[in-house]
Amino acid sequence: MNNKSRFPRFYLVFLLAVMYLPILLVVIYSFNGGRLSSVWEGFSLRWYGTLFRDAAIFEALGNSLLLAILSCLSAAVIGTLGAVGMQRIRSRTAGPIEYLSTLPIMIPEIILGMVFMAFFSLLGLPFGMTTLVIGHTAFCIPYVFMLVKARLVGMDPALAEAARDLGAGEVQVFLHITLPLITPAILSGMLLSFAMSMDDVIISIFVTGVSINTLPIKIYSQIKFGVTPEINALCTLMLAATILLVCLSQWLGRLHPKGE
Amino acid sequence: MSKKKNGPAWLMVLPLYLFTLVFVLGPLVYMVVLSLLRRAEVWGVTNQFTLENYKNILAPVYLKTFVESFRLAVISTGIIALIGYPFGYFMAKLQGRWKQGVMMALMIPFWTSSLIRLYGWIIVLRSGGVLDQLLMGLGLTNGPLRMLYTYPAVVIGMVYALVPFMILAVYSSAEKMDWGLVEAARDLGASAPKAFLTITFPLTLPGLLSGVILTFIPSMGLFFIADILGGNKVVLVGSVIQDQLTQARNWPFAAALSVVLMILTSAMIWLYRKVAHVKELEGLL
Repeated sequence: MNNKSRFPRFYLVFLLAVMYLPILLVVIYSFNGGRLSSVWEGFSLRWYGTLFRDAAIFEALGNSLLLAILSCLSAAVIGTLGAVGMQRIRSRTAGPIEYLSTLPIMIPEIILGMVFMAFFSLLGLPFGMTTLVIGHTAFCIPYVFMLVKARLVGMDPALAEAARDLGAGEVQVFLHITLPLITPAILSGMLLSFAMSMDDVIISIFVTGVSINTLPIKIYSQIKFGVTPEINALCTLMLAATILLVCLSQWLGRLHPKGE
Repeated sequence: MSKKKNGPAWLMVLPLYLFTLVFVLGPLVYMVVLSLLRRAEVWGVTNQFTLENYKNILAPVYLKTFVESFRLAVISTGIIALIGYPFGYFMAKLQGRWKQGVMMALMIPFWTSSLIRLYGWIIVLRSGGVLDQLLMGLGLTNGPLRMLYTYPAVVIGMVYALVPFMILAVYSSAEKMDWGLVEAARDLGASAPKAFLTITFPLTLPGLLSGVILTFIPSMGLFFIADILGGNKVVLVGSVIQDQLTQARNWPFAAALSVVLMILTSAMIWLYRKVAHVKELEGLL
């Protein structure tokens, strides 16, 4: 009996260990003094030094951050307003539009990248930050929209009605009743959007053009054409940022236990 | 319900409507149109209608790619289900701090850039890398296995990148399950395996199926995994689309390939909704 109850925990811990192994190796080898990632040549911060002197990496990081912030903000506005408004319009168009707007996270990314590339050249939009933001906003909207929608379903409609009966206008109801209640959902959606945008390779490759590099594209090309140990250092720093983000999202979740 | 009362609501949905129509529906419609046009001699497209692009997909080279992609997706999804289902199921049964801890531990790789995680596998799999050193150290193999740039390496990459989706999908349906039902069946004399097969499994099936979709669909298109871990030995539909777009510059053909992939994808989602009787995919968020 004792054996039986221990197996699940053993399984979970074992699998998690396997999941963390490659990540840990990246961290360990980022402190390796040698050029080869396969041979350990003693502890060194050499590659962090190289990394911090690499202007191209910082430019790519800047682009990625700007892109992630712009797309998660536009997704937050469009997705939130859309989810709240959709609940009230009761139109036959709502179903199809909702289906279409969530398509970007349902279909393979490669299709999205392909159609954006073709469509943007049809429109004659110059490839760069604008096309990147449009592309990323498209796959960020569904996260915000679906989380806010789920939160709205669990909300008591009497609250808004009471406010309206007491003479509040639509804008007041939205700002003072609805918005505070759905804020945790919006924030979760934005956090998820931010992470997805920072991680995206496929769509970015197709819509970025020649003038702008995002961090994932830069890392991808470095990994593909000859590895430099600098990437280990960069990955370690990104990992640290990720862990901070996860802790932040956990903290957000605890702040509003009823949120997503 | 006067129109005036709904005015603000319409204003609110306007950005979503506009964005969706212009930047989601628009590109998708253009993809279908493009796939039916003839390619221009050097660059771009003509406006002649043709079905040639679809006929080209049936050429042995490309048909083989579809079959290969499909096979890789089936193998990866199968392994993911085998590994991920018990994980999600066990996780839902955990309690208190264990549950929180495992959830947290799972979220970090999930949120970590997929490139970093794949890069870690290069270190593990490369010739003379961590895996080779380990196996040779244990005396299990004599020389390096040279796992990197092989088919199994790509499978490992796919499984590793996508297994969290399966875990979360299964977890989310197992978490919602009424465990009292299992207890009742056990009290009435059902053996543990029987209770699992007749109660737990059917009730967590929506999660499992959702996980299958969430892993199967991306695995047909994640060309950069095949690229990084498979060298150029493993060619996916995604790789061909990318190649046709950026190298061969045959956009109509890339569009036709995308249309076919899109149809396959939609068919799977439609089937899921029929079988699982739900609208949203389990554990998508």
